[in-house]
Amino acid sequence: MEKEPASKVELAPGVGGGGEIPTFDITLKVRRYNPEVSDEAHWDEWQLTMYGTDRVLDALHKVKWEHDGSVSFRRSCAHGVCGSDAMRINGRNRLACKTLLKDLDTSKPILVEPIKGLPVEKDLIVDMEPFFQSYREIMPFLVSKGHEPTKERLQSAEERDRYDDTTKCILCAACTSSCPVFWTDGQYFGPAAIVNAHRFIFDSRDDAGDMRLEILNDKEGVWRCRTTFNCSEACPRGIQVTKAISEVKQAILTRKV
Amino acid sequence: MQVHKYDVVIVGAGGAGMRAAIESGQRARTAVLTKLYPTRSHTGAAQGGMCAALANVEEDNWEWHTFDTVKGGDYLVDQDAAEVMAKEAIEAVLDLEKMGLPFNRTPEGRIDQRRFGGHTRDHGKAPVRRSCYAADRTGHMILQTLYQNCVKHNVEFYNEYYVLDLLMVDQEVTEDGVTRIQKRVAGVVSYDLASGELHVFQAKSVVFASGGVGKVYKTTSNAHTLTGDGMGIAFRRGIPLEDMEFFQFHPTGLAGLGILLSEAARGEGAILRNSEGERFMERYAPTIKDLAPRDIVARSMANEVREGRGAGPNKDYVLLDLTHLEPAHIDAKLPDITEFARTYLGVEPYTEPVPVFPTAHYAMGGIPTNIKAEVLSDNDTVVPGLYAAGEVACVSVHGSNRLGTNSLLDINVFGKRAGLAAAEYALTADFVEIPENPTTETEELLNRARSSEGGERVALIRKELQDIMDANVQVFRTEQTLVEALRVIDTLEERYTRITVQDKGKRFNLDLLEAVELGFLLDMAKVMTAAALHRKESRGGHFREDYPERDDENFMTHSMAYKDPRATETSGVRLETKPVIFTRYQPMERKY
Ligand SMILES: Cc1cc2nc3c(=O)[nH]c(=O)nc-3n(C[C@H](O)[C@H](O)[C@H](O)COP(=O)(O)OP(=O)(O)OC[C@H]3O[C@@H](n4cnc5c(N)ncnc54)[C@H](O)[C@@H]3O)c2cc1C
Repeated sequence: MEKEPASKVELAPGVGGGGEIPTFDITLKVRRYNPEVSDEAHWDEWQLTMYGTDRVLDALHKVKWEHDGSVSFRRSCAHGVCGSDAMRINGRNRLACKTLLKDLDTSKPILVEPIKGLPVEKDLIVDMEPFFQSYREIMPFLVSKGHEPTKERLQSAEERDRYDDTTKCILCAACTSSCPVFWTDGQYFGPAAIVNAHRFIFDSRDDAGDMRLEILNDKEGVWRCRTTFNCSEACPRGIQVTKAISEVKQAILTRKV
Repeated sequence: MQVHKYDVVIVGAGGAGMRAAIESGQRARTAVLTKLYPTRSHTGAAQGGMCAALANVEEDNWEWHTFDTVKGGDYLVDQDAAEVMAKEAIEAVLDLEKMGLPFNRTPEGRIDQRRFGGHTRDHGKAPVRRSCYAADRTGHMILQTLYQNCVKHNVEFYNEYYVLDLLMVDQEVTEDGVTRIQKRVAGVVSYDLASGELHVFQAKSVVFASGGVGKVYKTTSNAHTLTGDGMGIAFRRGIPLEDMEFFQFHPTGLAGLGILLSEAARGEGAILRNSEGERFMERYAPTIKDLAPRDIVARSMANEVREGRGAGPNKDYVLLDLTHLEPAHIDAKLPDITEFARTYLGVEPYTEPVPVFPTAHYAMGGIPTNIKAEVLSDNDTVVPGLYAAGEVACVSVHGSNRLGTNSLLDINVFGKRAGLAAAEYALTADFVEIPENPTTETEELLNRARSSEGGERVALIRKELQDIMDANVQVFRTEQTLVEALRVIDTLEERYTRITVQDKGKRFNLDLLEAVELGFLLDMAKVMTAAALHRKESRGGHFREDYPERDDENFMTHSMAYKDPRATETSGVRLETKPVIFTRYQPMERKY
């Protein structure tokens, strides 16, 4: 039973913080590419004054809105849930809207490039089609045989927990495009597709696990994974991607989930 | 220019659009046009839950839910629509479960439910557990599940296609010897982001599901891309917009940022405190306190700050206190939002209260529809073949204030209805001839933005618009603030004719599209402000300090805003009214 909180409490001094937000200067370098202008990519850089609460996305917006409107990147929700703005920031795949500038080394230029392994369309925008193609191939939907219950299917909290981690995926491609195998072999399904297969394989309500395991047992499937952990490090949702892939490998070997 | 032909075209791939597509796609040739990849839609940001009187954890029924919805909306809700929604809620949740949605479960393995603001047992007696949820990422799970099912049913998506115009023709119809002019849908015009080419889609049915317009405000929980395009397109084509003065400010946005902390936090037991550590909601809503509806909580917070009891060095926010909750409970039920507090404010919710302030959240108003999701071109004339559902629409189930968890419900119930109705209509109707030169207006719009060299910056005009809306058309309004806002919007509109778009290319020209989106924002800000000026009373999300009481005698009506250049007093927006539909409930004073 929850206890009723007190009507009045003593607050610690300075609670909540706020007030004057510190500013600092950064150098932002962005990898530019626009085939309408040139076949060659190049770097552009800007000196910007930013606030302590600003993220890399704010710096990109400052450039686009105040300096050069042609700098192109995708973004929407701006707080790490829509998955539009995965990019390479100082060599690591991250979401621009979740990366606070103050957490980066601002004494050096901040380097921003498109994610790797997918064709670049313009500046930080890549062609996402191959990524979604792999996703679609693993049957990313619940398949259940037999009669539909009139009410909900039952699932215990433990069964629900079994695949909780992999339901968090926002399809941003940070994991897949951080994978060295994916860079060299564009046919490889990649971590994100396997994560989404995991989400269904380990769902007690699903009846197509075997088919998905068969798909991932393919030569471009899970066995290409060399367990470099790049994907787990890259995931902005904190999904334990490598663990999920190992569980799928294990399930293929034992045919047990 | 390319021309495509489909039975049904759906504009938008958020929850409403994809729910419609799943129905329509199995019955008629359907295309979904969306300016974002489907899974980027803002439905994915929804956190707290979707309500339905499943009665899985305690006694509940759809009639109580209907009542709460009507009362929550301060009696401006169309009661037939609220009843449909509350009844079909149960099936809507079960549909999602069958599609695979991983709801949190009770110990018995049923769908778990939790409390949410304004949802009560037996007409207001006590909070009830009605919200079905998946941790605090319910919207994410709904969006993913619907997308998965679209993949399953091979729904055809045109991703990163911006719809910029609606094609309609006037037809003469004769009924009972009377001839009148009726609008009919012919299709839409869209802009392909990748190539910069225009594509015309001819369709028998068009469903608008393009979401909200939160970006008229500076402090908002809404995505950068929520710029009211669908509402703007309809308005420019002569469709009225209903109840646009009602915009919901969600109480708990992260202070200074607007990023949302779901009401689920309070549903799970968190409370609000002022600078004196006082749980001030005990004074404003003695019965349900922190779980009062959002308009009441947001105003109470703003009032605490106004009266000098705000926290922090500038006394400009209040505190959301979770410190009395078990960390394990917080991790299980609220992992994402506590992570937001850590990431963006550096505050540890286990041990410190989180700075919060109201954030612009949800448009109650929109394109008027009836309960079949058919769009109305005045108080009762249906536009054959035109449908709307979700935040872009106004059926009206939310009246003057939406209850939490009723929008994820709305998009599912009315998204499904729109998809079914659009497909059914398309199976019997004929295509309407596309008008000659269908892209003329759109080309003019784009060329104006591309070729103007006045030097005004889109971002600056947008910022000034957002600033004035935050300052003058927020939680508290007066005639003076609204008149001033309209004046500023007029000058911004004038400057908008002199903008310069720097990117002159065709590929992925988001610079150009931001300019187009700003045009919609300006139009919608104008409509919202003019409607707010027109409503000289206080009701739900609309609070006029110069008219602080609800005035049922004069204002128990929906407002209908029409584009009309002759209405010069109100910046080209003409306001009319539309009766509210009553079935069971007579207006009462709204106390919690
Ligand atoms: C942070 C947050 C939390 C929320 N939490 C809850 C909650 O817990 N419970 C609840 O009930 N409600 C909640 N809401 C409200 C609810 O999530 C939204 O109202 C609802 O998801 C809107 O869905 P939609 O399908 O109408 O629009 P969206 O999901 O916004 O989708 C709009 C779609 O339209 C497309 N589009 C827009 N313009 C164009 C154009 N010009 N051309 C082509 N396509 C276009 C976009 O690409 C997108 O696909 C929350 C809202 C926010 C912001």
